[in-house]
Amino acid sequence: MKTIHLPASDEVIRELRVGEPVLLNGVMVTGRDAAHKWMVETFIKKTREPKGDDLQVYEELKKLLNGGIIYHCGPVVSRDENGEYRFLAAGPTTSIREEPYQADVMKHFNVKGVIGKGGMGAKTLKGCQETPGVYLHAIGGAASYIAQSVTKVLGVFKLEFGVPEALWVIEVKDFPAVVTMDSHGGSQHAAIDEASKKVLEELLAKPY
Amino acid sequence: MRDLTNEIVEFIRRTSTDLPKDVEERLRAAVEKEAPGSAARGALETILKNVELSRQNSTPICQDTGTPIFYVRYPEGWSTRKLRQMIRDAMEIATQKSYMRPNAVDAIYDKNTGNNLGGDDFPYIHFEEVDADEPLTIELMLKGGGCENVGVQYSLPDNTLGAGRDLAGVRKVVLDAVQKAQGQGCAPGILGVAIGGDRGSSYIKSKEILFGKIGERNPDPEVAALEERLTQEANQLGIGPMGFGGQTTVIDTKITGLHRLPASYFVSVSYMCWAYRRRKMVVKGEEVIYD
Repeated sequence: MKTIHLPASDEVIRELRVGEPVLLNGVMVTGRDAAHKWMVETFIKKTREPKGDDLQVYEELKKLLNGGIIYHCGPVVSRDENGEYRFLAAGPTTSIREEPYQADVMKHFNVKGVIGKGGMGAKTLKGCQETPGVYLHAIGGAASYIAQSVTKVLGVFKLEFGVPEALWVIEVKDFPAVVTMDSHGGSQHAAIDEASKKVLEELLAKPY
Repeated sequence: MRDLTNEIVEFIRRTSTDLPKDVEERLRAAVEKEAPGSAARGALETILKNVELSRQNSTPICQDTGTPIFYVRYPEGWSTRKLRQMIRDAMEIATQKSYMRPNAVDAIYDKNTGNNLGGDDFPYIHFEEVDADEPLTIELMLKGGGCENVGVQYSLPDNTLGAGRDLAGVRKVVLDAVQKAQGQGCAPGILGVAIGGDRGSSYIKSKEILFGKIGERNPDPEVAALEERLTQEANQLGIGPMGFGGQTTVIDTKITGLHRLPASYFVSVSYMCWAYRRRKMVVKGEEVIYD
């Protein structure tokens, strides 16, 4: 199985094709609904004024996300007596909710990969071609298993969004995922949607 | 009336971390149907490893510990006010212990309460009185947001699907719901289908029916046959585990009916993810039995 070290180069990303399983190593950042809305409104479309530590976090994110990965995940986190965080359960959340934002975020921060579940749509697929980047599918619900590949929680931004919605900076070792959208316009999700639609039409035409 | 807070904490822990056996058995059977080396088989194998690990380490099966839905059958004479307080206290403790993720977000102010308590409706608790000599029974379902989001309600007739107001029409809309869900509800899923009611009662019934065991059939032979047929036809769609393509998209289908107005014919489909977390606890005197 192919191992990807983060940050990843354009060359490494362009070699990846739909269907390929990978193991990810290095630093990644979790971000989901609140984080994507906040990033796009505050730093990309600039429809809201930066507040509090927004600009400081932005500077940190620019470094972390350049060549890096966003993981659509709202983890279960414990904190020990020394204040150290640990991920107990950390599977992917449904990615399609970030469809309005994802391509813009990828291009703005030079994000090389997005991990989630369920796949994304045409706008993100185009973003994958332009950045270039890939969409990586993790196994939904396999939260305890995936949490084992999170070796360290390095920090957290925007904890005021709540534990699931905060941006957690994590170090991962051999994080398992499958490429389901690549930088060449390939999407396994589009293919399966199309094929299942044909079967549905046949089934609907059958008499009861 | 005895304090059951600690027992309910244990009940929540079991529900969040220990997948019921009937679900696990179906997932194990599904592995064998997928081709060796396929993404679908890999997904199911990972799912099963995760099930074992969660049980062993007492960590949540899925990080989305879902909407907690409680059904309480209490013997005549018990205080529902006190039972509600015990459940809420237990939910707060279970969250502190990381059996549950803080999951209650105020929809207007966008604020997570941090303790899984929010207003009167989070957690959702349904009470029903039983005879004084019957045991107290509490059922809990944890329903994740990914699968809840692909739930859908149809108002029949539906012209685009050619679905009329009969079981033939029900079949069409349910298959449409599964095709639209793709892998987003964490397939392989379990379908809860309610026919009739108003929009509210119909949706509630489509979830309530998911408390049943896998393979339990509707007593009406025609409805039972439709349940079987829908599972089998949904699997012909080829969506497969996680939407990776494959043989198993739906594990089981459950259908129930309600009375409706002459004007309305709703079909509500609740999609339950493979992490089908639902358990029961029974209190008989001093004894507490977890199923």
